[in-house]
Amino acid sequence: MARPSLRERRLLFVTGKGGVGKTTIAAGLAQALANEGTSVLLCAIDNRSDIGEAFGLSQLHFEPQSVSDNLSLMVMDTESALRDYLRINMKIPVVTKIGPIANAFDFVATAAPGVREILTIGKLCYDVRENLYDVVVVDAPATGHIIGYLAAPQAINALVRVGLIRNQTDWMLEILSNPEKTGVVIVTTPEEMPVVETLQLLKKLEDETTVQAAAVVVNRTLSDLVVPRDEPVLAGLSAKRPDAFTSSALDGLFEAARLSGAKNTVAHEHLATLRQGLDDDLSVIAQPYLFDCADASSIVQAVATSLGEEIQ
Amino acid sequence: MTSLREETTSSRILVTCGAGGIGKTTAAAALGVALSQSSERRVLVLTIDPARRLADALGLDGIGNDVTPVKEVTGPGKLDVAMLDTRASWDSLIHRHAPDDETAQRILSNSLYQNITGRFIQSHDYIAMERLYELVQLQQYDLIVLDTPPSRNALDFLDAPNRMADFFSSRLLRWLTAPARGGIRGLAAKPFTQITDRILGAQFLSDITEFFVLLESMYAGFIERAREVEALLVDPSTGFLVISTLDEAPLHEAEFFIDELEKRKLRVYGWLLNRVLPASLSSPSLLLAMDELERSSLDDVATDLDVPLTHLSTVTKSLVTNARAWSNVAVRERQQISQLHSSVPLVAVPSLDGEISDLEGLFALGQRILDEPFVLEFGDVQRSESA
Repeated sequence: MARPSLRERRLLFVTGKGGVGKTTIAAGLAQALANEGTSVLLCAIDNRSDIGEAFGLSQLHFEPQSVSDNLSLMVMDTESALRDYLRINMKIPVVTKIGPIANAFDFVATAAPGVREILTIGKLCYDVRENLYDVVVVDAPATGHIIGYLAAPQAINALVRVGLIRNQTDWMLEILSNPEKTGVVIVTTPEEMPVVETLQLLKKLEDETTVQAAAVVVNRTLSDLVVPRDEPVLAGLSAKRPDAFTSSALDGLFEAARLSGAKNTVAHEHLATLRQGLDDDLSVIAQPYLFDCADASSIVQAVATSLGEEIQ
Repeated sequence: MTSLREETTSSRILVTCGAGGIGKTTAAAALGVALSQSSERRVLVLTIDPARRLADALGLDGIGNDVTPVKEVTGPGKLDVAMLDTRASWDSLIHRHAPDDETAQRILSNSLYQNITGRFIQSHDYIAMERLYELVQLQQYDLIVLDTPPSRNALDFLDAPNRMADFFSSRLLRWLTAPARGGIRGLAAKPFTQITDRILGAQFLSDITEFFVLLESMYAGFIERAREVEALLVDPSTGFLVISTLDEAPLHEAEFFIDELEKRKLRVYGWLLNRVLPASLSSPSLLLAMDELERSSLDDVATDLDVPLTHLSTVTKSLVTNARAWSNVAVRERQQISQLHSSVPLVAVPSLDGEISDLEGLFALGQRILDEPFVLEFGDVQRSESA
């Protein structure tokens, strides 16, 4: 069976090693989908994510905030998710003092793996199941932490043999395991550790979860910047420099050429490793290095434009 | 003007910290190599998840939980490296703190423990501190360079020992484990037990209870250790090097981190700005030259060099396009740094041309970090770079 494309899926977890631009790609992807008329919920898992800034929001809340016709933003908060969960599933009225229960639950959740994660995953799957949005894009935890979330239903099944939570894992697994519904987007850069972690994560996804990888985004690629390695001409320029060039200007030009050359050489090696480790049908999307964008908002718009073209 | 080398001559512990993906592990290894080859100190680098390339550069097959000597470092000092293996460290911790072998075995085989290792209340962070303490106690090193875990909250590891102590002394834990200790939970507990039973099932709650009753036997050991680790961190011979790139998120993280370290009265040696573009890329002469070159004719130069004009134009155009792209970033970076308000000394280290793949590369980077003069404003950095 062919791997469903990114845009066919309804729940997209965007992850990657710290520092690769995961949050930017998640925001750009959400914006790209929203630009096409799809209604999108963009959910940050981490409260400290500054994803809101790009959309002019100083603060994200658990209650989704609409930033344009098709795009809403929220931040996950397990206590609110628990409140929702208790209200929906246990018919506990909103007015009930939930504080002490939440505190106690927080304690159990801290100690027991999978409890906090299942609340997060449960809330996301619920939004998908209830068709509240066409697509939910998640600015998910980094590669080192995401398996705990995606494998939460299995972890709960292993630990909890009876109880309401156990009964809930089935429908979540159904959504998570369906490649036409759920997928993981792994963001990397053409550097060693991000590529290593991407390949490790792909293996873990297969071994420990039922969720399929939807695409790999290679962020900050420099492929457009190639300076011909015509040494005689470069040396000639250096020796008989045109009037416009002072020697420090030439230094700058050559320094920049060296920088791109070195980065491209390194990138080439790691991209080869990446491609070698990927299944043939897994799409690799190149996202160029954005040299001209200064602020968060213009960066997200630029990523949305280029991703929009790539996922057509 | 002082430098990191001068600031750390009598240090016993140097902690590198900052967001993920900013070159923290490489910097820690580079400092270890440079210090062990430029002084007589015996140095240990305790790292988290080193790249294959880094292990290769150190001439090691791999870096494991055990301390491994780096043979290529020939002195005058000595360099050892070790990796933090959370699982193995937890197991040995249980063995050490458990009152007897039987309890240790019961904890180790508890299904919750199996699941919890690696995730249990920031166990990475706690274990990093625990391991650090253990290695300090060995008294085999003059300096330990600690590469901190890629924590979601960069401060978790500082709080980990205390949080662990709080956790064990919490009323909730006492309450949860009361029935198992022959006590009662009381009527007030009823709503909680009912709801938890319905959500998680009674069996799960009793599994958890059993697990914590077992863990409780180690309570005293944990608390005592937490206090000792805390004393280690506030000792004047311990200091932090905060590392960031100029990307927005790591930069914010670094500012926040410095602030918090200072609030805790911990010593901050400095702030390392990693992968800063060279000053030549933002020099005014380059910007002028690029504009000029796009306007001027290259006929004479082509004749001089004896190459077709079209070819020369292609080469220069790509040179300019490429330089313009980088100079945009470099100019932004300069503006960014000039606006930094740092209460601690700054050190800027340029982007490397490639990746470090050998000991010489690590040594060179380490020396640069150690000897680059500390500055408080970036105006100074620019001067020192152009000097």
